[in-house]
Amino acid sequence: MRYGLIALIPFGIVLAIFAILKFEHPPIDSTQLGFRGTGIVQVDNPRTEAALAKLNQPPESYGPTEPGGPLASEVYENVRVLGHLTEDEFLSYMASITEWVSPEQGCGYCHNEENLAEEGLYTKTVSRRMMQMTQTINADWGAHVGGAGVNCYTCHRGQNVPAYYFVEDDLQPEAGGFSASRNNQNFAADENVYSSLPYDALDKQLTQDDVLIRVQSDNALPYFGEDLVPIQDAETTYSLMMSMSQGLGVNCTYCHNTRAFSNWEQSHPARLVAWHGIEMAQHLNAEYLAPLASELPEHRLGPKGDAPKAKCATCHQGIPKPMYGADMVSDHPKALTQRAE
Amino acid sequence: MIEYQNIFTRTQIHGPPDMGGGAAPEAAGVWPRGDNAYSSSLLGRIGDAQIGPFWLGGWGVAAIATGVAWFVIVGLNMLASVNWDVIEFIRQLFWLSLDPPAPKYGLSFPPMAEGGWFLVASTFLLISVICWWIRLYTRAVDLGMGTHIAWAFASAIWLFLVLGLIRPLLMGSWSEAVPYGIFSHLDWTAAFSIRYGNLFYNPFHMLSIVFLYGSALLFAMHGATILAVSRFGGEREIEQIVDRGTASERAALFWRWTMGFNATMESIHRWAWWFAVLVTLTGGIGILLTGTVVDNWYLWGVKHGIAPPYPDASTLGDPGMGGN
Repeated sequence: MRYGLIALIPFGIVLAIFAILKFEHPPIDSTQLGFRGTGIVQVDNPRTEAALAKLNQPPESYGPTEPGGPLASEVYENVRVLGHLTEDEFLSYMASITEWVSPEQGCGYCHNEENLAEEGLYTKTVSRRMMQMTQTINADWGAHVGGAGVNCYTCHRGQNVPAYYFVEDDLQPEAGGFSASRNNQNFAADENVYSSLPYDALDKQLTQDDVLIRVQSDNALPYFGEDLVPIQDAETTYSLMMSMSQGLGVNCTYCHNTRAFSNWEQSHPARLVAWHGIEMAQHLNAEYLAPLASELPEHRLGPKGDAPKAKCATCHQGIPKPMYGADMVSDHPKALTQRAE
Repeated sequence: MIEYQNIFTRTQIHGPPDMGGGAAPEAAGVWPRGDNAYSSSLLGRIGDAQIGPFWLGGWGVAAIATGVAWFVIVGLNMLASVNWDVIEFIRQLFWLSLDPPAPKYGLSFPPMAEGGWFLVASTFLLISVICWWIRLYTRAVDLGMGTHIAWAFASAIWLFLVLGLIRPLLMGSWSEAVPYGIFSHLDWTAAFSIRYGNLFYNPFHMLSIVFLYGSALLFAMHGATILAVSRFGGEREIEQIVDRGTASERAALFWRWTMGFNATMESIHRWAWWFAVLVTLTGGIGILLTGTVVDNWYLWGVKHGIAPPYPDASTLGDPGMGGN
């Protein structure tokens, strides 16, 4: 009997070490977001929140530029997407971009410093396309980005390439032949948030419109004669939702009433913003990011040759509103929200 | 130490092993089975100290052989799915899986790499489970016992058959079967519930949970009751069915005092057997109805008044349908 209890001690120690390393310790904050009793709550750990707050500060603001002066298109050659800015606005924006995207390399990261108007560096082509993308986001996707808007720093955070993106990846070779395929799932990775869910969910659901994300039927009984919506599709959507949850640092219940995931009437209004976010990511990836594969050098491409694409974490970086909703456009309103004629 | 706090058996019997001869006269013709028995004081702490005699027989051999075939097929395919990398196999073991065929193959036999192995492995597993059931049945008959254990196991097999055979056949696709993997089968369970609009609104799922938790509750109540009256001979339960002694009377009075009603030494075992059997019996019915006759259990629940609305549900509309 005595020995039996002693045998439990090492087991207890191992369990304690596992618990300390694996789990977050209490207290955990729970904020009610919906009707009482429905479990529509957001759960936060104040300690990880404090660490995230440090990482998600907006860049220093220098205020908007004085109006007036000649247009950039009149002063400089080969200004294609920012010609509608005044010279001052143009220079201020260029200086900010350098700080947001290539603080170490400076102007030379995109420009030939002997002749700034020259084409040639791929980074110039890409950044021009990214400026157009930013204008599109701020001009057309207010339903998702609201009044805060986005600028380069929202994703780049002072780095040439944003920290969070996705590319197609097989992760680990398979034996092939007639051995069973892994089916792009059953392998823990960042892509599936360390679950065994599909790790190609974003490749399938976030790179184009007209994809099946809604897997629940809108009818109690089956519509006979319709194609089966297989459980595998539910797993793909599940994986997309986990990526979203991870990217925003929120629970399922930040948006959904889990008794009826698909039901809009019972959902938290944040779900509507998130819905526009999915639409936006699909549009941006299809129109702006995926086509860059032909411009980017090989070391910027994924292992299968596709361009890095945006997921929720690309901007959100672990919090529900990027930069906690700080205003990102007021310093450069024309450059960030209006397209050149 | 207080008696009831013991986790381990207090009385162990060590002696010449009981090989079974003569205990059941009507079965004398088929005894003895096996000749290897010994005593273990470690296992005696949680059960009988005597280990063996163990006897496999034809059905047992068939069950183990086909079960091993299933296990090896699943394991080797998992190993192949990480390119025979043993380190990755160990690291990712809980994540690895042998998946059913893709939906596009329906009920046809797919290429081996795309679900063929799954169907082959499933066939072996099916044979294995059925053989093991026959083994339980024939062992019970040879001992002159009732076949209650075999029929209880058959209830679990019913759920297994619904999940892996009957429901996929009715849905017209092997892709509906459950994958073989630690996390993958759990993901399947979650995705299955989500796909079909929340399984918690499935009344047979509700019943299954009632019987599952009920089984645990009954087991705890019964175990505690018998331990509590063992000082009065309460562990001689079978005798006390017809020859009620003070142990039964005290236990019965205890429950009548506390909840007004009590099981008997006989009925508690019938309750326990039916509760356990009904877990998988009702669960299997619930799975069988999912997708075949009900596509969204939440909406089914709304239709039948078991999912009440909330008083101030938000006014959000579906943006895909032009709401908001």
